[in-house]
Amino acid sequence: MISSQLRVFFAVITLVMMVPAFAASEPLIFTDAEQEARFQQMTLELRCLVCQNQNLADSDAPLAQDLRKEIYNMMQDGRTNDEIKQFLIDRYGDFVLYMPPVKSNTLVLWLMPAILLFGGALVVLIVVRKRTLSPREQEEENS
Amino acid sequence: MIGRIVPIVLFVLLGLLLAVGLKIADHKTELPSPLIGKKMPEFSLPALGQPDVIITHEDLIGQPFLINVWASWCPTCRTEHPFIEQLAASGRPRVIGLNYRDEEADALAWLDYFGNPYALNMADVSGRTAIDFGVYAAPESFLIDADGTIIFKQVGMLTPDIISKEILPRIQSTGSGQP
Repeated sequence: MISSQLRVFFAVITLVMMVPAFAASEPLIFTDAEQEARFQQMTLELRCLVCQNQNLADSDAPLAQDLRKEIYNMMQDGRTNDEIKQFLIDRYGDFVLYMPPVKSNTLVLWLMPAILLFGGALVVLIVVRKRTLSPREQEEENS
Repeated sequence: MIGRIVPIVLFVLLGLLLAVGLKIADHKTELPSPLIGKKMPEFSLPALGQPDVIITHEDLIGQPFLINVWASWCPTCRTEHPFIEQLAASGRPRVIGLNYRDEEADALAWLDYFGNPYALNMADVSGRTAIDFGVYAAPESFLIDADGTIIFKQVGMLTPDIISKEILPRIQSTGSGQP
């Protein structure tokens, strides 16, 4: 009988854990599934300014709720994604975007993965080459 | 020879990168406002406690003023309150309150209890005007010159130090109106 009690216990725990997921989303009615998908994608890519390491979709901060509502309203008005993003950039700066635009001050950020990848590949290449040389070839290379 | 120098160079470069990162991290939570140097956003808001008195951006233009974003639910606003009071008592700039996402009764009680330093108080119950100002945390303050251009923004509390170093020099340099 313990197992059935445990089962009820876990069911209750699971339900309790689901509550914040519902609490975070105020009812927004979308005209179609495509618009809803657009809204979800957009709020994932935008930063909540209050909690800074969360996106707008996840955050329960009052400002995040206001901004979700604002984005929703702009979508209803037929504004494009770029227009909505520009609206937020005009007010909060590039920081609101999780994917910053390529600019002189973000160049390092964008190029760093490529630089590190090529740098790493180069190091691997050199190491592997050194190790695979036969002793005679190594002698030749050192001389 | 090169084998010895390369690790040292890499180490120094890494050290520099981390040092710069730490420097930036100190100021990371304060975002530079894209609104500096721009005209303040247009708005039309009821006065706090007087719903039929409407205040617009045009009503405020004419002399330098400071918009202080505050709320009764904001603990830092209490700490900031005496400094706002001092600044408002000096008469320049004019200190205007923007009551942000608050209950009217709570806001009025707060002013009754701590004192009302504001020349005017606008009620932004929905927070919509605050979005146009790029507000993301109360308290925030915007210094706006006589023709309505935002010249300085403070995210977080104004302190006597910030007031004397950032606020007062900026309104002296605009030179409009008599001190």
